[in-house]
Amino acid sequence: MAGKLRLVIVTPEGKTFDDDVEQVVMPGVEGQLGVLPGHVPLLTQIMPGELDLKADTKGDELAVGGGFAEITGSRVTILTDMAVKPEEIDEHAVEKALENAKQALMEKKAGPEAEELMALIQRSTAQLQLKRKRRGQG
Amino acid sequence: MASTRDIRRRIRSVKNTAQITKAMQMVAASKMRRAQEAALAGRPYAEALNRVLASLAHRVGSVSHPFLEKREVRRPGALIISTDKGLCGALNTNLMREVTQLPKETVFVTIGKKGKQFLARTGRELLADFEIKDDASSYRVRQVSQFLIEQFLERKIDSLSVLHTRFVNTLVQKPEKNDLLPIGRLQKLEAGTGEKREEELKGDESLQYLYEPDAEGVLSALLPSYLHFQVYQLVLDAKASEHSARMVAMKSATDNAKGMIKDLTLEYNKVRQSGITTELLEIATAQMAMA
Repeated sequence: MAGKLRLVIVTPEGKTFDDDVEQVVMPGVEGQLGVLPGHVPLLTQIMPGELDLKADTKGDELAVGGGFAEITGSRVTILTDMAVKPEEIDEHAVEKALENAKQALMEKKAGPEAEELMALIQRSTAQLQLKRKRRGQG
Repeated sequence: MASTRDIRRRIRSVKNTAQITKAMQMVAASKMRRAQEAALAGRPYAEALNRVLASLAHRVGSVSHPFLEKREVRRPGALIISTDKGLCGALNTNLMREVTQLPKETVFVTIGKKGKQFLARTGRELLADFEIKDDASSYRVRQVSQFLIEQFLERKIDSLSVLHTRFVNTLVQKPEKNDLLPIGRLQKLEAGTGEKREEELKGDESLQYLYEPDAEGVLSALLPSYLHFQVYQLVLDAKASEHSARMVAMKSATDNAKGMIKDLTLEYNKVRQSGITTELLEIATAQMAMA
């Protein structure tokens, strides 16, 4: 394998991840997107979902929100509005937020608020899925 | 000369004031630290976003997007990020001085009560007023930027500038005007942090990017999030300025009160001393008369 990939994940709240990895799988708009070192330069949108990374034979997962990924041969920069590790996810809080958002969405069918709520729901769902999957393995 | 009781009363009242300003200074200091951290935490994101946009601009060349389109400015729009509360020195005054320099036909949107009050006083046109507390979340600020974008797309405003107080350091805050819309030429993009990393930009130009789904699709998704983030960053910056200015103002108020207490205490002792001297003199005179 040719070298390593530098994975940087930044959110408006700060840099959440900055380290060398061997492989990243991210949720792209056109399906799961796996990146290895030496990937062609690519700029893509990503969807809320699960991001898998492999570093030193260790795997790790993160729940990410919508955003963008910039890939050069040796570097992956991910711009997203959310990036959390499974151990940081508070399942009950997320479930509750999801419930609330769904209810609010029932009342507002369109407009920017509905869009915002949809994004929130997608983010929450991504977090919950990751958490549950992690528990299934453990 | 004032009686000792009057002076004692004044000392007590100044002491109370000093206690209050001291407490406010402490509160502002802790809020300031948090606000400054938040403002600085957004910088890596701003840099990455800029880099992506700038490299995209080189690829895409000329595209038409409503955000890029320059039209005749009949109704300029301005977002004013002021504070809700006073007692923060000349912060709002300086900001409002900038506001008065805008053309008469400007339509305003405000964050913070002070800006709203000022516009009402000077009879400017206020379109909407938002309230954002100290724990400014990106979600709350997004509502403001979303509103502004809609106004722009519906042609209710033809341009958008943001007036806020830029946080330079704890002692220096500068009112600043940032023109956000229309973006105009993409190549000119620069983040609110004002740092452009030339070498890195040059490095990226040589790369041939692929786009998913396509360059235009990515661009039209990237531009709104660029705007949302810019406004968010400016709000955080303004919050950091507010708390810094308040801390400094309260510190100097506390210092002034302490100086005043010192002066008053000296005055009090002088009056007391002269009282004692007069009494002694009286006793001595009385004794002499008796003898």
